[in-house]
Amino acid sequence: MKKIILAFMALLLSFGILSAQEGSSKATLPNVSVKTLDGKTIKASEFSNEGKPFVICFWATWCKPCLMELNAMAELYDSWQEETGIKIYAVSIDDARTCPKVKPLVNGSDWDYEVILDQNSELKRALGVNNPPHTFLISEKGEILWQHVGYAPGDEDNLIKVFKQVLQGEEIK
Amino acid sequence: MKKILLLIFLIALSFNSFAQGIFGGKVTGNFQMDLQASKKDSIIGAEEVKEKLLMNAFTNILYTNGDFSAGVRFEAYLNPILGFDKQYKGAGLAYRYASYKKDFLEITAGNYYEQFGNGLIFRSYEERNLGLDNAMDGLRVVARPMEGIALKGIIGKQRYYWEKVWEREDLGLVRGLDADISLNSIIKSMESSPFQMSFGGSFVSTYDKAEPMYVNNGSYKIELPENIGSAAGRIQMSYNQWSLNAEYARKGQDPNAVNGYIFHQGEAAFISAGYSQKGLGINVSAKRIDNMSTKSKRNETGNMLNINYLPALTRQHSYSLFAMYPYATQVNGEMGVQADIIYKIKKNTLLGGKYGTDLKLNYSKIMSIDKQELNPSTPIGAIGTDGYTSSFFKVGDQLYFEEINFEASKKITSNLKLSFMYSYQTFNPIAFGKEGKPFVYANIFAFDATQKLGKNSLRAELQWLKTEQTYGDWAKGDWIQGTLEYNIAGKFFVAATDQWNYGNKLGEKVHYYNFAVGYNKGTNRIQISYGKQRNGIICIGGVCREVPASNGLFATITSSF
Repeated sequence: MKKIILAFMALLLSFGILSAQEGSSKATLPNVSVKTLDGKTIKASEFSNEGKPFVICFWATWCKPCLMELNAMAELYDSWQEETGIKIYAVSIDDARTCPKVKPLVNGSDWDYEVILDQNSELKRALGVNNPPHTFLISEKGEILWQHVGYAPGDEDNLIKVFKQVLQGEEIK
Repeated sequence: MKKILLLIFLIALSFNSFAQGIFGGKVTGNFQMDLQASKKDSIIGAEEVKEKLLMNAFTNILYTNGDFSAGVRFEAYLNPILGFDKQYKGAGLAYRYASYKKDFLEITAGNYYEQFGNGLIFRSYEERNLGLDNAMDGLRVVARPMEGIALKGIIGKQRYYWEKVWEREDLGLVRGLDADISLNSIIKSMESSPFQMSFGGSFVSTYDKAEPMYVNNGSYKIELPENIGSAAGRIQMSYNQWSLNAEYARKGQDPNAVNGYIFHQGEAAFISAGYSQKGLGINVSAKRIDNMSTKSKRNETGNMLNINYLPALTRQHSYSLFAMYPYATQVNGEMGVQADIIYKIKKNTLLGGKYGTDLKLNYSKIMSIDKQELNPSTPIGAIGTDGYTSSFFKVGDQLYFEEINFEASKKITSNLKLSFMYSYQTFNPIAFGKEGKPFVYANIFAFDATQKLGKNSLRAELQWLKTEQTYGDWAKGDWIQGTLEYNIAGKFFVAATDQWNYGNKLGEKVHYYNFAVGYNKGTNRIQISYGKQRNGIICIGGVCREVPASNGLFATITSSF
């Protein structure tokens, strides 16, 4: 039985590898259900920004570099939005222990992001995130254009630089 | 069961290939490898590692094609790094699944993770960095017949290291149903109302084969129940700035190794209320747990095979000295409260300065529950009895944990940020499994400064733990810790840390020094550190694991694709 399962998996994998080689197409946001702060269900594949690219940041209330990143961007968010029309989805992977702290933290810190709850890490798993913070730049079609792991002061400058490149239609490595 | 799973896999696959073709899909995934080489150090208690080099690694490969997805995770522990259970030794496919969505139905066969409500009666999850994984192996169906309604059904067995779970009769079968209803999505006139409400209910049942149990040298026979049921109901409401979230759960008779084989019914209640507006967030939570440890194998203790999740109602710290005495939920009974206040002093005010000031206050207190004996001749918790009686609102007389902490952070100039944190903790070592031992009272401080230097940055951190208590290996008096970290344009970093146990009255005043370098490009990250690690408890995402002392090299490579 185990052999059959393994053979099946190998088959599946080869499909995957073949398609990866064949396609110039990029991975897109999966059809995974997450929740908004007021408890409504939304699919990750429905994330959008009025026909413009957008950003997804994975974070948690207990993750210090995540808070540094979101605070640093919060100060620049107004001017970024005016200049580029950027939108940031802040996806919290807080579980049942810390999830009640998300809303007070978001409001208490005066953040204007679209805050999403991924309480059982389904979206985190689907996008291959290891540890937060993990930032994605997503095209208007939902394709993953660019990603970055970790945070160091100054990373936010790089993010907006890459975002502007995408707006101008430049290819991102 | 395995055959059925496989069949469903194949059906899902063939259906998919007919429907959409197989070459249009996308592959995503991630990879992590940890390497450890530790040498003997009798002063800190690091044991010799016979294998010289230890390694944990895993990779997830997920394939998505429209509504179809499938994935595998390959894991290797050769041998497991220190702190991981030796039963993890080995390598193989620990996780595989296929999932298909059609109209309002979503079907998953193979392994999956799921949570009902707040997890009081069911949560299947993983925390790879702690070696925790209770993935289900079986079937899951999610139905969303209309917007605002989600129905879930699950059946399967839980992962148990590398055991072939379907061949082990002593590992129980878990079945569950959950319904979640969002009123505002169903009733169109309420859609944009400031009053938002959703509610849900769930039921979980475990079948765990049982033999009669004989105690008191065989003179007393206990008939153990084979089916164990639990049920929960929950509600979530918000009105403008106010919000409320509550869940109540009950569990039928479940004599097990954790509760000492008593027939007392389990009970858990959780309530959390909040108020928040721009610049201010307040949250108050309370909970009560009475005999709620639920596992799919009744004589199992420890972290594996948990069916439900009972989180600790305390702040989860990221500074290491603040996390030296972490509280762990007492699943056999506890009552607790926690409050958080987060406030931002506006910019361009006297206290706020040019950039504003962030303040956070957190308080938590956990007590035992009230336990009264059943009758004068039966001691509390006597095996095979109902154990005790407990009144719902009555607080027990034992303090388990209490903490107040305060944090302030402020940007001084556009390049300099300072933060300060203080905590006072009263720690009952019952959380370390040391019942009846004396408490630890600790004052803990942290100062943190980050200076941006063009594209680079320098961070300095000082932590200080002050306590009168020195009891030996688990309470070693005063500690001080300094860290310097230099980041080069978010690509490289170097860091040096010294954690000095200068107040250890009973033993060596050890310096736990550590040097780390890291390199980061896109989603690839490599980090190498060298130094000493004290034995202790590390906690990630609310779950804790004991880590033995080590002295040597540690490397981590992570990647996402």
